[in-house]
Amino acid sequence: MHIDWFPLWLSLEVATAATVISVALGLALAWLLANREFPGKNLIDAIATLPLALPPTVLGYYLLVVIGRSSWIGRAWEGVTGSPLVFTWRAAVIASTLHAIPLLIKSSRAALESVDTACERAARSLGASEWRLFWRVSLPLASRPIAAATVLAFARSLGDFGATLMIAGDIPGRTQTAAIAIFDAVESGNTLTARVLVIVISILTGAVVYFANRLERKRVTR
Amino acid sequence: MLKSSIQKRFSAGPESAGFTLNAEFEAAPGITVLYGPSGSGKTLTLDCIAGFVVPDSGRILLNDRILFDSGAHVHLPPRDRQCGYVFQNYALFPHMTLRANLAFAANRLPRLERHRRIAELLDRFRIADLAGRFPHELSGGQKQRASIARSLIANPLVLLLDEPANGLDATLRADLHSLLFEIRRSLAIPILLVTHNPDECFGLADQVLIYEAGRILHRAAPLELLRNPASAEVARLIGGFNVYEAEVIALDPGRQTSRVRLLIDQGGTEIDGPHLRGCFRGDRVALCARPEELRIATRPGANRVRAELQRAVDRTQSIRADFGNELIVDTPRAGWPALKESGERDGWWIEIPAATLRQIVRASGSEFLSQNAAPEH
Repeated sequence: MHIDWFPLWLSLEVATAATVISVALGLALAWLLANREFPGKNLIDAIATLPLALPPTVLGYYLLVVIGRSSWIGRAWEGVTGSPLVFTWRAAVIASTLHAIPLLIKSSRAALESVDTACERAARSLGASEWRLFWRVSLPLASRPIAAATVLAFARSLGDFGATLMIAGDIPGRTQTAAIAIFDAVESGNTLTARVLVIVISILTGAVVYFANRLERKRVTR
Repeated sequence: MLKSSIQKRFSAGPESAGFTLNAEFEAAPGITVLYGPSGSGKTLTLDCIAGFVVPDSGRILLNDRILFDSGAHVHLPPRDRQCGYVFQNYALFPHMTLRANLAFAANRLPRLERHRRIAELLDRFRIADLAGRFPHELSGGQKQRASIARSLIANPLVLLLDEPANGLDATLRADLHSLLFEIRRSLAIPILLVTHNPDECFGLADQVLIYEAGRILHRAAPLELLRNPASAEVARLIGGFNVYEAEVIALDPGRQTSRVRLLIDQGGTEIDGPHLRGCFRGDRVALCARPEELRIATRPGANRVRAELQRAVDRTQSIRADFGNELIVDTPRAGWPALKESGERDGWWIEIPAATLRQIVRASGSEFLSQNAAPEH
């Protein structure tokens, strides 16, 4: 019996890319929310939480509106690259990122806010710029919860179904991720493929969650 | 020279009373102690100087450089102020070794000088052996020295210390004090030290600022403060004063003496007093005397007040006997057993020599000292 491993590899690639983007964007936003006062801060905070609460299909619909072929961003992308953004693996990355980023923003913000104010003040009065303060003091001191959140964000992007399906579609060999492939396999009665994928994903996610929990526990006992 | 003239207001919330800081003072090179009860604005003053808190109005000048000026909208960020700040909990970076902590601070020095400067300070603060350790592997005293060393690496123009002796035992405290003296000798910069320990205050200070409720009640050299506290409030805050309310019975400007009635019990007790400037017969005045200036006697005599011993406490150098009614006396340990025996047999009298009584000005609007505001130490 032949099992198509493509969806699994695609999922891992998409999740990795989504995690990298989430960490970069999420950390920047978390730093802003933790350290700066600006108008609309609460609104941004609420919008950043929304993907956690919204049904994935709703999220996917919004994405279609924002980056679909008739949208401003979609047309710009198509103009530059010559091909549409939707229904590609890139669209899957965007969907997964959106799915995972609230977790990172929330956890990173809490972690950055819990860094000892005296340490940050000390760094400032010792002549450190905000940039140096972040990389040398705040981030290292908040690294454990942020790392744990990163790992969980990876697990979450690995499992996205609804938003990815809406915007990247279900094109076997191109945009069919593991979560979607499992659904397809069950639908078409391909029990073996479904079982294998389910087991692999379960083991992978289980390992990731175990790892994340360990990271967090160490922080408590330190 | 550091010149501060700042105001910072916190409006009253549902749970908290409003608070206004008004910190107007100058600090020359040397140790300036900010002394006063918790919550009186001492640390807030340091935070304003370091730039962590923005005052509402006023100016801060450091060697004629403007750190803050509300009128000109100048607020230098903390990193540009060159203030060495030693935090109450040391605030060493927990994820860095001691050497890395110092290196973080040395970043602003020329590259070639960094290493030499770090080695110099590690050596001077006797922490060279510990350079590879992390803060959680250090004792309180070691952390303390490391944190002072770190604050001095980049040649600050002012050193701010927030209750540095907190949590240190007597030996480490003495170490810290000699360290501070050494810093004062070797660096001609203003050193601001927040404390509420009177011994530290008077042992270290070149200048003392007495804080209460956001105001500086008195600014003076420590000896002057002990000799002539500006007000009854200041005397109470310094502690160790017996403060009396008295009524002027007679004045003799020729012989520079007076006769006063101390209102320490019902009816009061008449004794000879010092020359009281600007007073008339019948005036109420506040007088103070330090415990070591009073004498315990076991029979009546001139300027002696009848008293009952409440309790006697052993102190390092002496016995502190509390007779209530603002009659606290320090007496040498050697003579105490005999004195106590005869006092218990014949009764107690406290002699208040006229020359030791000093007049102090009552701060306007304040209640007179009550019994429970007796000196703490």
